[in-house]
Amino acid sequence: MKRNTLGIALLTTALAGTSALAMDATITIESWRNDDLKLWQEKIIPAFEAKHPNISVKFTPSAPAEYNAVLNSKLDAGSAGDLITCRPFDASLALYDAGHLSDLSGLEAMNNFSAVAKSAWQTDDGSASFCVPMASVIHGFIYNKDAFAELGLDVPATEDEFFAALEAIKADGTYIPMAMGTNDQWEAATMGYNNIGPNYWKGEEGRLALIAGEQKLTDAGWVAPYATLARWGAYLGDGYEAQTYPDSQNIFTLGRAAIYPAGSWEVSGFNSLADFEMGAFKPPVQNAGDTCYISDHTDIGIGMNAASKNPEAAQTFLAWVASPEFAGIFANALPGFFPLSSTPVEINDPLAAEFVSWRGECESTIRSTYQILSRGTPNLENDTWGASVAAIKGASSPEDLGQKLQEGLASWYAPQQ
Amino acid sequence: MKRARIRWHILVFLTPAVLVYTAVMMFPLFNTLRLALYTRIDQERVFVGLDNFRTLFFDPIWADQFWNALGNNFWFFVIHMLVQNPIGIALAALLSHPRLRFAVLYRSAIFIPTILSFVIVGFAWKLILSPIWGIAPDMLDWIGLKSLYAPWLGKEEYALTTLALVSVWQFVGIPMMLIYAALITIPDEILEAGEVDGITGLSAFWKIKLPLILPSIGIISILTFVGNFNAFDLIYAAQGALAGPDYSTDILGTFMYRTFFGFQLQLGDPHMGSAIASGMFIVILIGVCIYLFGIQTRMRRYQM
Repeated sequence: MKRNTLGIALLTTALAGTSALAMDATITIESWRNDDLKLWQEKIIPAFEAKHPNISVKFTPSAPAEYNAVLNSKLDAGSAGDLITCRPFDASLALYDAGHLSDLSGLEAMNNFSAVAKSAWQTDDGSASFCVPMASVIHGFIYNKDAFAELGLDVPATEDEFFAALEAIKADGTYIPMAMGTNDQWEAATMGYNNIGPNYWKGEEGRLALIAGEQKLTDAGWVAPYATLARWGAYLGDGYEAQTYPDSQNIFTLGRAAIYPAGSWEVSGFNSLADFEMGAFKPPVQNAGDTCYISDHTDIGIGMNAASKNPEAAQTFLAWVASPEFAGIFANALPGFFPLSSTPVEINDPLAAEFVSWRGECESTIRSTYQILSRGTPNLENDTWGASVAAIKGASSPEDLGQKLQEGLASWYAPQQ
Repeated sequence: MKRARIRWHILVFLTPAVLVYTAVMMFPLFNTLRLALYTRIDQERVFVGLDNFRTLFFDPIWADQFWNALGNNFWFFVIHMLVQNPIGIALAALLSHPRLRFAVLYRSAIFIPTILSFVIVGFAWKLILSPIWGIAPDMLDWIGLKSLYAPWLGKEEYALTTLALVSVWQFVGIPMMLIYAALITIPDEILEAGEVDGITGLSAFWKIKLPLILPSIGIISILTFVGNFNAFDLIYAAQGALAGPDYSTDILGTFMYRTFFGFQLQLGDPHMGSAIASGMFIVILIGVCIYLFGIQTRMRRYQM
């Protein structure tokens, strides 16, 4: 008798559960963007739920540094959410290979994206796409407009003008010419090497040739950026060797530095901190009139947990993420993170709009080390951090750095052997 | 003849500790050693024997990092032995001086950093030494020694030593307390007997007290050794997992962390990570054995 009651109780719960499912579904999103919690709860989710009243969405972010580990253990335990925010390249590819992410190639909305945009979440042969591209970040330089006006400087377009401007700022002495440190290492590679580099290796052309094994890291296009970085050292301010990333952000937003090598993700933070007018300029080209290349790096995507209990609801959400409506909300709520869909989006923030305007003038590419090339040991991305720091400090010659990176890459990457 | 009673109480008292210890110490330890013998090929875990260790010690890419980390670990340890422990002993000797005023205050002040979290210590010292906001450059400026200032944490040649000294600052309280405890157990009669024979002041310390606290110094050395070779937190908090600049502060703990959990684009490899962890375990085991069998058995103890 007792067992029977329990059985009935269980059955009813199960029934109630299924009927609830059929009527409306709750889908959960895993993410590392805990900074964006408010934006999701106040703007994105209500906009979606207004259109799809039978689906409710929960956004459950974890801390960025822990995200990969947390997500992996949740996926292995079967307790992960229906939708998974995707890191670009290998971290997500590993999830797809392990069967945790569904193949989304069949999703019609995927046609809204360019090939470069999708490249971050595809198998190496491009046959399967497993995440919907959400946002990219663009590299360039943010400058203090007031400081430039005070010193009578024009925005530099070529490399010579760039160094002339730095020299003028240094000679004047009021401002630190450029706010960047080498303590945390990644800025040197991300905001240094991969910021100015595409102009030397000609964006996608060089990047794909490197992956195909047709170019080497010892070629002029890949070594020259280190030679340019070596000239930065003189303009970075005292003790830049121990200056951290937050230090650099503070120095610039306090108005003590004139130029900040940046990624567009800084835009919203800087807008709220700086009380002077800011502008942005793209990485200077070598000679006036050269084609310019910018790093328009795919950064965030969103995919579906293969074990999701609400696949239809999850797919509905993904299709909506790929729509222009989402792109519009996202781009304006988070200025500096640019939607990747092919339909252009009106961006209201002037600084962010300046960044995104370069898409029309320049060729887009992504960071050179991210696709395929950082898969082995030694890790090319980590080594590029060290090499960029060494270049700025003048600890090694650009040629030696290229040689060392090439040897490391060739030690495991067959096309380079 | 009465049969010996089974002494149940021994079992009852030991079981909980043995169970807990097995679950949280023994099992993870042996599982880590086991994990080091596998690798992952195409989503499958494959047994490869000692292959991971071969890679770790003989593949130049891994071996360079391993020996670099081990070397840095030794330097970290040497600084502690040369700076932390002598200062700790000296402080204890001063504190145990009967005529010292405010001894309790000094003792607490010096011990307090030990109870602070690594994150706080790492962050606070990073700020103090910062070339931009730090007070270190200003303080050197006041005494006219600004030229001595360098961005220490950002320079390959100074970073590790600087961090070792920060760690010394944090933990100098431990040897101080242990030695202090040993010093105050020395009976006055012995010192008085020495005084009668004309041994006073400094020579009383060298000839009477030091030999009597040698066993404590031995314990402190081994604690320092184990602590230093397991170190990770301070380096991670101050320099990040890549232990910059250019791996100059990379120690076995950060190397293991990077390998095991992955870093940035580098995916985690639990099997190589376990191999490094096993390497750390072996290094510490060898060190402790040398101490136990080579040093402790030869140490003379005195009845007090």
